[in-house]
Amino acid sequence: MRQFMQYVISGLATGSIYALVALGLALIYRSTRILNFAHGDMATAGTFVAFSLLGMNLAPIISFPLAILSGSALAMLFYFAILVPAQRRNATPLGQIILTVGLGLILQGLISYLWGTDTKTLTFPLSDTKLWRFQGLVISELGLGTFVIGLLGSGLLYLLVQKTRLGIAMRATSENLQAAQTLGIPTRMILSLAWGLAAGLSVLAGIFLAPALLLDPFFMLEPFLKGFAAAILGGLNSLPGAIVGGLILGVAESLAGGYITIAFKNTLAFLIIIVILMVRHEGLLGTEFKERV
Amino acid sequence: MDLTESYREELRLIRKPWTGAGIGLVVLALLVIPWLKMDYLVYMATVVFIYAIGVQGQNILIGYTGQISFGQAGFLAIGAYTFGHASALGIPLPLGLLAAGALAGIFGVIVGFPSLRLKGPYLAIATMGFGIAVYQILLNSEVISGGRMGLMVKKLPALFGLTQQVTFYYFTLLLALIFTLISYNTISSYAGRAFIAIRDNDIAAEAMGVNLARYKLLSFAMSSFYMGLQGALYSLLIGFLEPNLFTFMESVTIFVAVIIGGLASIGGSIMGAAFVILVPQVLGAMKELVPVIFGVTILIILIFEPQGIAGRWLKIRLYFRNWPFR
Repeated sequence: MRQFMQYVISGLATGSIYALVALGLALIYRSTRILNFAHGDMATAGTFVAFSLLGMNLAPIISFPLAILSGSALAMLFYFAILVPAQRRNATPLGQIILTVGLGLILQGLISYLWGTDTKTLTFPLSDTKLWRFQGLVISELGLGTFVIGLLGSGLLYLLVQKTRLGIAMRATSENLQAAQTLGIPTRMILSLAWGLAAGLSVLAGIFLAPALLLDPFFMLEPFLKGFAAAILGGLNSLPGAIVGGLILGVAESLAGGYITIAFKNTLAFLIIIVILMVRHEGLLGTEFKERV
Repeated sequence: MDLTESYREELRLIRKPWTGAGIGLVVLALLVIPWLKMDYLVYMATVVFIYAIGVQGQNILIGYTGQISFGQAGFLAIGAYTFGHASALGIPLPLGLLAAGALAGIFGVIVGFPSLRLKGPYLAIATMGFGIAVYQILLNSEVISGGRMGLMVKKLPALFGLTQQVTFYYFTLLLALIFTLISYNTISSYAGRAFIAIRDNDIAAEAMGVNLARYKLLSFAMSSFYMGLQGALYSLLIGFLEPNLFTFMESVTIFVAVIIGGLASIGGSIMGAAFVILVPQVLGAMKELVPVIFGVTILIILIFEPQGIAGRWLKIRLYFRNWPFR
C-alpha cells in the first residue's frame, strides 16, 4: 500500500507537468481550433533562454519570468506575423495546423544552431536529490516544487478564465468568434493572448522539467506528446479536463512503470490516445462539436 | 483550349504529344545518368526514387483523400523490418518487398479505422500516436529490432554486368516508374474520384453513393503499402536497420515533402521528395539549419502558394503557353 502511494505521489508530480503542457494545448485549441504542433519547441526555446540568462549570472527569480515572457512573446509574434496573414488568405484549419508544424521545425533548427545539440544542465534552485519524508512517503524537493507550481499555474489560469473580465472575453471568443467581435471584444488581441499564455505555461513546464531531464534541443518532444495525450484524455476543449487528464496520465504511467514493466512506460500514453479516440473521442470532460451540413 | 470530349480522353495520361516527348526525355536522361560515372549523383537519385514512392502514397492519403496523417515513420518501420526479417529467412526479394508493403498496408487499414470517426486534428494525433508507438516498441523489443547491433539486410546483388549501385539504381527507377503509373491511374479511376469527393465533402460524397468506409480504408491501405515499400527499399539501400531511423522526425520529413511538392499532385510528390533529399545535401555543413529551411518553405508555401511546387510549375507553364497574352 505504501509503495502504491509512493507511485501515486511521484506520478502526481510528473502529471502536473503534463497538465501544464496540456493546458496550453487545450487553451489554443479551444480558442483557435488549432492543434499546436510547435508547443514543445516553444517550450524548448523558452527554456534555453532561461539557460542563457542563468549563464549571465541572473538570479532565477528574474531569469525564469523573463524566459516565460520571451516564450509568450514568440507565440504572439507567430500569431500576428504568420497565422493572421494566413487566415486572411483563407487558410484551411488543416493548413493552420501545418503552419505550426513549420514553426516547430524552424524553432528546432534555430535552437540547434544557436545553442548546439550537446546536452546541458540547467542549474536549478531546487534539487532532486534532497528528499522530503512524510509518513514514510518520499518526495524530492524538485518533485514537490513541480507539483506546487503545476497546481498554482492551473489554479491561476482557472481564476483568470472564470473570474476576470479578460477571462469572460476569452470564453466568449472561443464560444462564438463573430458574436464576440460584434460585441466589441478585440478578438485578435484575445486570441494572441491565449497563444501567449499557452506558450508561457509550456515554458514553465520546460523549466521545471529541464533539471530532471537533460537540456537539449529535443528534450521537450516527449513531454509535449504526453501533454497531447493528457489533453486528449481530458477533452481537447476543456481546461479542467486538461488538468485531470495530465494528473491521470502521470499516475497511470508511474503505476504502469512500477507494477508492469518500465520498458513500455512511455508507450502507455500513445495507447491511451488511441483507445480514447476510438471509444470516446471528445475525452473525459470535453464536449463534442456538432458538425452541420 | 483543353476540351475533353470523351471518357477515354479523360482517362488518357498523356494528352499532348509534346508532354509525351518531355516525359520520354526525362526518363531517357534518368536512364543515362549512371553512364556519367558520378557515384554520388547515382546514389542521390536512388534515394529520391525511393522517397518518391512513399511521398506519392502519402499524397494519395493527405492530398487527395484529405486524411491528415503523422504516422509515416511507423509504416516505414513496419515495411523495413518485415523486409529485413524476410530476407534473413531467405525469402526471395520480390516476395519480401510484397510482404513489406502488404503488412504495412494491413496496419494501414487498422490505423485507418479511427479515421471513420475522427476528423482533422484528432486523426493527426491518432496517427502520430501510432507512429511513435511503433518506434518505442522497436526500441524496447530486441526480437524485432535485432537488439543493439541492429538488423543487417543483404543488399541487392550486382546483375547484368553492372555494379551493385547501378543495378539498384535501375531497380528503384523501375519501381518508381511503376508506382507513379499506378498512382496516376488510381487517381483517374473511380477510386481516385471517390478519394477527392471524400476530401471535398465527405457527407456529400456519402450521399452520392461513395462508400466512405471502403474508400477511406482503401486510401489508408494504399498509402501505407507505398510507405512499407519505401521502408523495404530504404533498408536495401543502407543494408542496416536500427530504430533511430524511424523517429517522429522521419514522419515530419515525408509530410513536409508532400506539402512542399504540392497537395493533390503526383508529379509534385516527386518534386517534393527531391526537395527534402537534396536540400540537406546542398546545405552540407550547416545541418542544423535544415529544419529551418523546411519550416520557412512550409510557411511560404502555405501562405503564398498552397498548391506547392507543382502549383507554381503549372502557373509557369500556363504563362508560357499563353504568352504573349495574359
